[in-house]
Amino acid sequence: MSDAEDRGPGGARPVLTVRDLSVQVATDAGAKTVLDGLSFDLIAGETLALAGESGSGKSMTALAIMGLLPKPMARVSGGTIRLGDTDLTALSERGYRQIRSARVAMIFQEPMTSLNPLMTVQRQLCEVLLEHRVCSRRQAPKRALRLLQDVRLTEPERRLSQYPHELSGGMRQRVMIAMALACDPEILIADEPTTALDVTVQAEILDLIRTLQAEHGTAVLMITHDMGVVAEMADRVVVLREGRQEEAAPVRDLFAAPKTDYARTLLAAVPRLGTAPDRPVHPEAQKIVEVDDLSVRFDIAGGLLNRTVARVHAVEGVSFHIRERETLALVGESGCGKSTIGKALLGLVPWDGSIRIGGVQTRGRSRAAMRPVLRDIQMVFQDPGASLDARMSVGEQVVEPMRVHGLASGSELGDRAEWLFRRVGLSPDMLSRYPHEFSGGQRQRVCIARALSLSPRVIIADESVSALDVSVQAQVLDLLQELQEQDGLSYLFISHDMAVIEQVADRVVVMRLGQVMEDGTRDAVLRDPQHPYTKRLLAAVPVPDPTRTRAPLPDTAGIEEASPIFPVGSAPARVELRQMSPGHRVAH
Amino acid sequence: MWGYLLRRLFESALILLGITFVTFLLLYLVPADPARQIAGRSATAATVANIRDQLGLNDPLVTQYWRYLTGLAQGDMGRSYLQRAEVSSLIASRLPASLLLMVSAIVTELIIGLTIGVVAALRRNRPVDHTLMIFSFVAISAPQFVIGILLLYVFAVQLGWFPIGGYGTFAHLVLPSVTLGLLGAGWYSRMMRSSMIEVLNQDLVRTARAKGLSKLRIVTRHVMPNAILPIIAMIGIDIGLFMSGIVVVESVFGWPGIGQLAWQAIQRVDIPVIMGVTMVSATAIVLGNLIADLVAPLIDPRIKTK
Repeated sequence: MSDAEDRGPGGARPVLTVRDLSVQVATDAGAKTVLDGLSFDLIAGETLALAGESGSGKSMTALAIMGLLPKPMARVSGGTIRLGDTDLTALSERGYRQIRSARVAMIFQEPMTSLNPLMTVQRQLCEVLLEHRVCSRRQAPKRALRLLQDVRLTEPERRLSQYPHELSGGMRQRVMIAMALACDPEILIADEPTTALDVTVQAEILDLIRTLQAEHGTAVLMITHDMGVVAEMADRVVVLREGRQEEAAPVRDLFAAPKTDYARTLLAAVPRLGTAPDRPVHPEAQKIVEVDDLSVRFDIAGGLLNRTVARVHAVEGVSFHIRERETLALVGESGCGKSTIGKALLGLVPWDGSIRIGGVQTRGRSRAAMRPVLRDIQMVFQDPGASLDARMSVGEQVVEPMRVHGLASGSELGDRAEWLFRRVGLSPDMLSRYPHEFSGGQRQRVCIARALSLSPRVIIADESVSALDVSVQAQVLDLLQELQEQDGLSYLFISHDMAVIEQVADRVVVMRLGQVMEDGTRDAVLRDPQHPYTKRLLAAVPVPDPTRTRAPLPDTAGIEEASPIFPVGSAPARVELRQMSPGHRVAH
Repeated sequence: MWGYLLRRLFESALILLGITFVTFLLLYLVPADPARQIAGRSATAATVANIRDQLGLNDPLVTQYWRYLTGLAQGDMGRSYLQRAEVSSLIASRLPASLLLMVSAIVTELIIGLTIGVVAALRRNRPVDHTLMIFSFVAISAPQFVIGILLLYVFAVQLGWFPIGGYGTFAHLVLPSVTLGLLGAGWYSRMMRSSMIEVLNQDLVRTARAKGLSKLRIVTRHVMPNAILPIIAMIGIDIGLFMSGIVVVESVFGWPGIGQLAWQAIQRVDIPVIMGVTMVSATAIVLGNLIADLVAPLIDPRIKTK
């Protein structure tokens, strides 16, 4: 290899050189190559993004570099990984231990499960400091405190003695970052570090990684499926697909002119805020769902006699309606009560207030009396794998609702199942298969077919596309749209993803801590937001365009501190919605 | 914490009260007339009626139950029909021996069971794992009197390492504890193995490895504490299992504990003694569960004691 080839852009020497890296995984059908001849350089101080959809081998690459491939199923079957002058693939386990965290550190997607729930933050931080002899046992607690201050954690002294479950998701990821940077490594591998976090927290964490990178000169290998994150963070991008490199380019070149077809389709499928086409305008149709002053509270028991001492005010005095052929989006961060509303509509949680579905009041209805109402309202959940029964054929599952409601029997069921499968774009000869034989997108189609089996008038889509790859996500959204146009379906679309919501919604309700902050038509809420919380949500969305820098988040200090839990007898102050313009209301 | 403790104690007291009622019903459900038992076979009907009157057996059920309860509260569990002694003093003289046996059996089963579980999990699906799991299968399925007699034959009769039976020295304690503990060791090794395997696959182990920690440290500091959590609750339940085992093991080894007392009382339908032993073992089970629930939050900070 010539010297010129060995140097990256600007002639800087790479800290990490990966050449022809291949990884094989043992399966029942023999060895399967999941990573095939991957090569790239990581230059000191830069951010390189490994981007791709599920199954692209991006996480395998990270684990291979860390020497953490799950043994004995997976192994590096070829190629080299050079860190400075060391070939990592030739290292013994003992040798690797000196590298991990000390020279190459890693943070993961799920900060809750990645931290040990039984150890305080201080112990988990000190452990890595002492293992790599960064400081003495006596200095370690002081050092740990400094690390927490470095990652801008609030009240760092108190955090040291806390356990992971006492911290919020964003705080946990900050602790993970502090732990990763404890030994001042040359390389930080971030594997989907913000995927499990709320969008505003994601913005803060990405910001933090950038700041720390600038301070420490760390090279960052960013592994993500989110092209918005790529655009925001990366200097250069390697696009992976099914274990092979599709395209490698500086970030601006990739987004401006992708050279490969795959990169082009991938980028085209990314929903972009502000680009969604206008929604078809329908005349004022009949109201299908009318929700008035809906409240859902969960009791928290405690005290000597296990009485209710406090309540989670999950939903507090929410009113909205959905018209025929209309998509209403409920948006907000985790814990805002949006999913609870969906459950209340189906009568899955106890609630107060008034819900009318197709003009029928559902309040006080027994399980049996709810059944005819449920024919009109069905649900599609986030995780299609978990919401299908693994031991029942998909055909059976699709027709089960009809059986339960006594709508069809015998050969009619089979005909109906075939028809439903064709409607959602699946082949009817797949009906006898089981869920594990389908891909994620296909499984979600099965769930949609199941929801359609009763010919409902409303479908609640609770984060129904959030777990899908962008290209699949786009297809499923198209399907939902098509069904709406043909059948006149209404959707309650629950999501945290503002860009997706912009594509599908006619009207938007923004929620926070169980209450409505802002509601109105899509264009009014998303393009002319009035409430600071809506503005903050929109500002936090990563823009899939590297030429645009995201505006800093509007400062709303203390916004995470608020909690929906109140002692018995007191309730959160109800916010009043003020009419800004016809059909656009804002809390004040 | 104190509020939680108070509440749990209160609940435990309620459970014990329920148990007193069930044990009291024994008197009525067992087809043996207490007065006839005391008087003996040759007594006349008049003597029996006299005794019946003395014992207050003609009073209404509620009155009798109340008398039983107030007696219990003062430590009075009645008199044995057959041994001329108070039930409470019979139990008191035998309880220390049983408690000693129980504690040493718990220690034995935890040491054997957890060690096997950890080793098997770390060597899973290899010959070591298979061998250990066969051992635990045998330990679970073999009847305790068979194991007891087998151990006696090999280690006491053939090898002469331990005394054949009796009570007094540490050597006397070994074989009964091992016999009693082996069953639990079998259970715990299986539970610990699957619990360890579950934790080994969790993200926190990947983080620990990414920190560059040694395997020993990962296993002892990260995996084992997490894996042992579901087992703690089991130890509390286990005490109930011990009570049935103790009857067998004490008989095999001639161990002078309440198991033997219960065994003799059951054979001769000595109802006050059976009631007393039932009360004591019920209390032990309730206390065992209480202790397990109080220890769990000390290890797992996520369990709130409010």
